[in-house]
Amino acid sequence: MTTRVIGKSVPRKEGREKVTGRAKYADDLTFPGMIFGATVRSPVARGRILGIHFESQIPWDEFTIVTAQDIPGKNCIALLIDDQPCLAAGFVNHPEEPVLLLAHADKYLLEEARRSVRFEIEPLPAIFTMSDSLARKEVIWGGGNIFKSYQVNKGHVEHALREAELIVEGTYETGAQEQLYIEPQGVIARANAEEGVTVWGSLQCPYYVHKALVVLFGFPKDRIRVVQAETGGGFGGKEEYPSMIAAHAALLAWKSGKAVKIIYDRAEDMAATTKRHPSRTSHRTAVTRDGKLIAMDIDFTLDGGAYETLSPVVLSRGTIHAAGPYNCPNIRIRSRAVATNAPPHGAFRGFGAPQSVFALERHLDFVAEAIGLAPDELRRRNFIHPGETIAVGQVIHEKVDMDRLMDRAFELSGYYEKRKQFAEENPGRTIRKGIGCASFFHGAGFTGSGEEHLASEVAAEATREGRVRIMAASTEMGQGTNTIFSQIASEALGIDPERIEIVQPDTSNVPNSGPTVASRTSMIVGKLVETAALEIRRKLVEAGFLKAEYAEGDFAEACGRYVDKFGRVTSFAKYEHPRDLRWDDERYEGHAYGAYGWAVYVAEVSVDMRTAEVHVEDFVAVQEVGKVINPVLASGQIEGGVAQGIGMAVYENVVWQEGRMVNGQMTNYIMPTSMDVPPIRVYFEENPYERGPAGAKGIGELPLDGTAPAIANAIAHATGANITRVPVTPEVLSELLESVRA
Amino acid sequence: MRSRVPFYELVSPRDLPSALEILAREPGVWKPFAGGTDLMVLFEAGKLAQRKFMSIWNLQDLRKIEVKPDAIAIGALSTYSDIQGNEVLQREFPLMCRAALETGSIATQNRGTLGGNIANASPAADSPPALLVYDAEIELISAKGTCRLPYRDFHTGYKKMRMRDDELIGRIHLNRSVKQNKQYYRKVGTRRAQAISKTCFAAGGSVEGGRIDDVRIALGSVAPTVLRATETENVLRGEKLSGALLKMAQATLGRELSPIDDMRSTAAYRRRVAQNLLGEFFEVLAT
Amino acid sequence: MPDAGNKIRLSCILNGRPTTLDAYPMARLLDVLRCEAGLTGVKEGCGEGECGACCVELDGELVNSCLIPALHAEGAAIRTIEGVAIGEKLDEVQQAFITHGGAQCGICTPGMILAAVNLLERKPQVSEAEIREGLAGNLCRCTGYTKIFASVMAACRERERRR
Repeated sequence: MTTRVIGKSVPRKEGREKVTGRAKYADDLTFPGMIFGATVRSPVARGRILGIHFESQIPWDEFTIVTAQDIPGKNCIALLIDDQPCLAAGFVNHPEEPVLLLAHADKYLLEEARRSVRFEIEPLPAIFTMSDSLARKEVIWGGGNIFKSYQVNKGHVEHALREAELIVEGTYETGAQEQLYIEPQGVIARANAEEGVTVWGSLQCPYYVHKALVVLFGFPKDRIRVVQAETGGGFGGKEEYPSMIAAHAALLAWKSGKAVKIIYDRAEDMAATTKRHPSRTSHRTAVTRDGKLIAMDIDFTLDGGAYETLSPVVLSRGTIHAAGPYNCPNIRIRSRAVATNAPPHGAFRGFGAPQSVFALERHLDFVAEAIGLAPDELRRRNFIHPGETIAVGQVIHEKVDMDRLMDRAFELSGYYEKRKQFAEENPGRTIRKGIGCASFFHGAGFTGSGEEHLASEVAAEATREGRVRIMAASTEMGQGTNTIFSQIASEALGIDPERIEIVQPDTSNVPNSGPTVASRTSMIVGKLVETAALEIRRKLVEAGFLKAEYAEGDFAEACGRYVDKFGRVTSFAKYEHPRDLRWDDERYEGHAYGAYGWAVYVAEVSVDMRTAEVHVEDFVAVQEVGKVINPVLASGQIEGGVAQGIGMAVYENVVWQEGRMVNGQMTNYIMPTSMDVPPIRVYFEENPYERGPAGAKGIGELPLDGTAPAIANAIAHATGANITRVPVTPEVLSELLESVRA
Repeated sequence: MRSRVPFYELVSPRDLPSALEILAREPGVWKPFAGGTDLMVLFEAGKLAQRKFMSIWNLQDLRKIEVKPDAIAIGALSTYSDIQGNEVLQREFPLMCRAALETGSIATQNRGTLGGNIANASPAADSPPALLVYDAEIELISAKGTCRLPYRDFHTGYKKMRMRDDELIGRIHLNRSVKQNKQYYRKVGTRRAQAISKTCFAAGGSVEGGRIDDVRIALGSVAPTVLRATETENVLRGEKLSGALLKMAQATLGRELSPIDDMRSTAAYRRRVAQNLLGEFFEVLAT
Repeated sequence: MPDAGNKIRLSCILNGRPTTLDAYPMARLLDVLRCEAGLTGVKEGCGEGECGACCVELDGELVNSCLIPALHAEGAAIRTIEGVAIGEKLDEVQQAFITHGGAQCGICTPGMILAAVNLLERKPQVSEAEIREGLAGNLCRCTGYTKIFASVMAACRERERRR
């Protein structure tokens, strides 16, 4: 099917604003009489607040001071449950927990004031590891520190393990990872009795913030308004956390009567906001001598930090992806997210899957080694085929062909030749090379009945001049939402993408299209954009102003005539969950996702044996994504995701001390620079998903699943080191190399 | 920005004599401020206790790189970009240029100064190991006059220097007759750019008939100050290159260092890497 | 502790225009540009000279404006992202960033473009390796740098073509 603009690299819609510096991010906005806000945070991991002392040299009467007492509604940041306070009252449960808010017109004085508030806190015993949490060394949350647990059962794992020819075990860990969007978090709020609460901010999900403010203030929904400013990167880090800052700014605005701006500096952002959940996964795998996976017994734990926030959903995705795109008759996955006294962990691109997929893909190399099979051969003998089921029992109907993806990735990367060549050349060399792969899938959209509950909506309106405005809550944060939506609407209406206007996400102007997360924006919301656009078209045709097949120039005229005769041309699209997708929350089985992206990634690394430094030399990413709507944007997503995966694998290490990140500066928490990334070579295959716009599936998170394990497998190939955790820092690898030498 | 900006003073003396006069009149009151690439980071983090600064950035007298027949005098305010751009330094003192190239980014190299790097006295600084290999002399100036001392005597402990409150670093002198034809510099920081040093190894040597004639080895990030590994040098000097010699030298080096565990790295890693880099230097000597 | 009323009056040339600004001597040039001069195109990403989002040109040299005290801007010629385009006519680098996907979220883009423009001015015939080195002080979290390299190479070729 030929398309006019779908499949073309239409230039980024807001590109001009971005390259001229005119795009306005949260800190670029000012309001008359605006003052600044700051958050005073707990210095201890857990304790009872006995008192708050204000040092005398600060003119406190000039300040707006807010504590939990000032909260009009409920003192919580409403998300899945209401356990996380907006401001700690009585107890603190993690370092950096917000206790008190200050506002003043003088930014510099405000900073000094922040340092001049002292909390008297009686420390309580705190826990910082998943082990201590599971052992209930202290119970810090609920009855037993468990936010959520799941169990997936396919076949009969116990029986299969008893009958097994060979069982291979392994335990794998991933560390926390900071999203490190280059624009730190920030929000401006205005709140008064006349207009209610309005918030402008760097955020991904205006309606999440909206919901949280409704609960915090106890106001009716139409008295809260949330507007997304241009957002400098999110990656999940601005999914739930902005509700917290928005709450803080709004409370200060409410009490002071002035607009209040809170912008975090990098140090505060790193110390206080969410990170990728640390994980530990144990595998027990029964495999035959000729490489058939008979049983997979997987135990998966996530560290959720001090409050529940999104941990159940992160755990869900990690659990569902834990056994990968393989056909194994017996799978058991037991998983849980546990509480520790650290700032709550949260959404970060991949959302649980990077953690469980790292473990699986590393483990499979280990299993292959145990039976003397090449790692790719083990995978090939177990790849899922159409008609077979994944761990949660979903039958895969897509025309998945992992073998083909693997063939293509291997050809492009020279995998077989290099596997052999490096093994031959490495001995005795100072710089050793390795090549490794990972094969994986990633479900697009919310899990199970999630999309049904979201019930997303998109609205559209055609103007008299024939321009079409799309109203959706999906946010642009670099991934290309504005451009993709324009292309989809343009294709549906037969008019130039320039004539499509994507309305700034503002809860007073756009319906709730759900959050901009979960690789759902193109696939789920984009489909609604298409539907809404087609509905506009249908109305114009039905009214007789447009022929069924029309020329581009006719559209504007038709709009004009319709508006003159009937008034506005509007349309509305609401998500309808396909009847054939059924998910059982109790048994945790069924159709987990409407569609999956499928991929094979190959990483080539060099390891300097003297310094244990790893450099990624080449990277090939092959994925099947349904339909590529915009090649430059799509490959840009994969390239950026791979770079974040390289960081996860090799560079990005959060150093913890009693629940606090101590290396919270960009000097000490290092992400890849332009000198650290290899050529990242991206290739797409297309197998259209009939429910996606033009056949598109979601791709945003996919690259985070396979990058780190491909690199870890390559490092293992290069050095013989048994890599079981990321990040593979030089310090860790250096110790492993000593063991290999010994 | 975590400091109370209005309360900080930055005065700008119009020339070098005025600057020295201010320091002589109120020693310890005014801290010199050169490019600012170290001080501004502390300032932003709210960690700059000192509130009175004297900008020396515009004192062009201190920014010249003077090439004389027997020595090169690098003005303390020479930036890392200035150093990289000097042909004589590139040819005769390449370790200075390597260190400058590996410090921060182009933007920080345009403002960071050699004098600032020395006076900041971080044990992780990139240029000091090169200065030790070249047996640099540091020239301190004050209203009272000038004095010179070997750079290797300059740092006396962690962030402690042989420098008075009324003194400025004037120039750094490198003797052109120092001839080590085999030079080596490696900074290990995990990333390939903008990497804070975990271990930094600078060395120069000459080999005559298979024997190590002269050798200088200096390291950063493995002790409270930049370190000249004299014991290791003594083990090597006059000896024939061999595997056994390397092992002995590595053992000595391991004892000579006192690296620590910190948020960036571990003592064990730093020690092991320093020893391995000595091995790499050996290969350079053997070529 | 006395409050300084110690703001100074600075004269500089800002994007080609003689400009006077009142600022505390130790105020970050970044803040002076954003607040006093209203040039919000200059971005703060880290406040420690690591990310390069605050890059401007000062007397033709690329610098991190978060590390420059206002006093050091006295008498300087400063170019920010707002001074790269000539009126509405985009520079080749800016146009290439749009066409070739060099900008995603856009927050690193002003500093990145300044760094690229500065690089091409110093090295008109630039290789990919030189682009990697030249931009190593500008961090991007969105693109993985791949399309930034492509954008700068394209701009380099376009400038060649126009010469």
